Amino acid sequence: MNAEFDVTETLDVKGASCPMPVVKTKSAIDDLDEGAILEVVATDPGSMSDIDGWAAGTGGVELVDQEEGDDVYRHYVRKTE
Amino acid sequence: MSTDTPDAPVDDAPSRAELAARVDDLENALAEATSEDDDKRMSIIATKGTLDMAYPPLILASTAAAFGYEVTVFHTFWGLDILHEERSKNLKLSSVGNPNMPVPNAVAALPGMDRVTTRMMEKRIADNDTATVEELLETSLDMGVEFQACQMTIDLMDYDEDDFYDGVTTGVGAATALQDMADADIQLLV
Repeated sequence: MNAEFDVTETLDVKGASCPMPVVKTKSAIDDLDEGAILEVVATDPGSMSDIDGWAAGTGGVELVDQEEGDDVYRHYVRKTE
Repeated sequence: MSTDTPDAPVDDAPSRAELAARVDDLENALAEATSEDDDKRMSIIATKGTLDMAYPPLILASTAAAFGYEVTVFHTFWGLDILHEERSKNLKLSSVGNPNMPVPNAVAALPGMDRVTTRMMEKRIADNDTATVEELLETSLDMGVEFQACQMTIDLMDYDEDDFYDGVTTGVGAATALQDMADADIQLLV
């Protein structure tokens, strides 16, 4: 799907609304190894701002990319430590 | 030997070792004062037990936990109902006193209207896939949020310590809450 990085795992939070996309992203990242990339698939439009804000305010993670599709929002988060 | 010999002031001056120790102390104090405190903390006081007011403390607590905050939520008065295993599943929405309600207060005050507005809100919560109070509470507990039930109001409301969700801390009072607030980066009263 994306040439620049390989997705390690995909988290499906379609249907879930605030604060669950962020909360579940955090839990999923905790289970991954350093360097892994988590793909988060959400339908909550607020997740674009919320995941961005969460990644910026949280140590050990980096937002690699965000894609806005038809009612689906994809977020790619790398675990950096 | 007289006391005003040139050697006397040297005896009063701190030794090289004492000075080195003092420098070490100051360097440590400086490092402590200027180091980035990784230990972010949030303290919330939850005082309300209506369906709408149960959400803000739970959403902020779980989100702060996702940000890596150490979170304490101190529940007192009607806020205790959020932690009460049975009552948390039946939190009500008041139909009176809220000018944004679609019915005038005179109608909203009729018997049974609180049940109607509560059902309406519950349906919206379900239709929007908004997490329930129970889900948010369980999620927050899983993430390490500390929920505290104020002992004085447990007794005042005649609740039992076993009425609360597993993992809820009881036997705490205002001094505990105050200490948490003093140590926190963010303090909120909801």
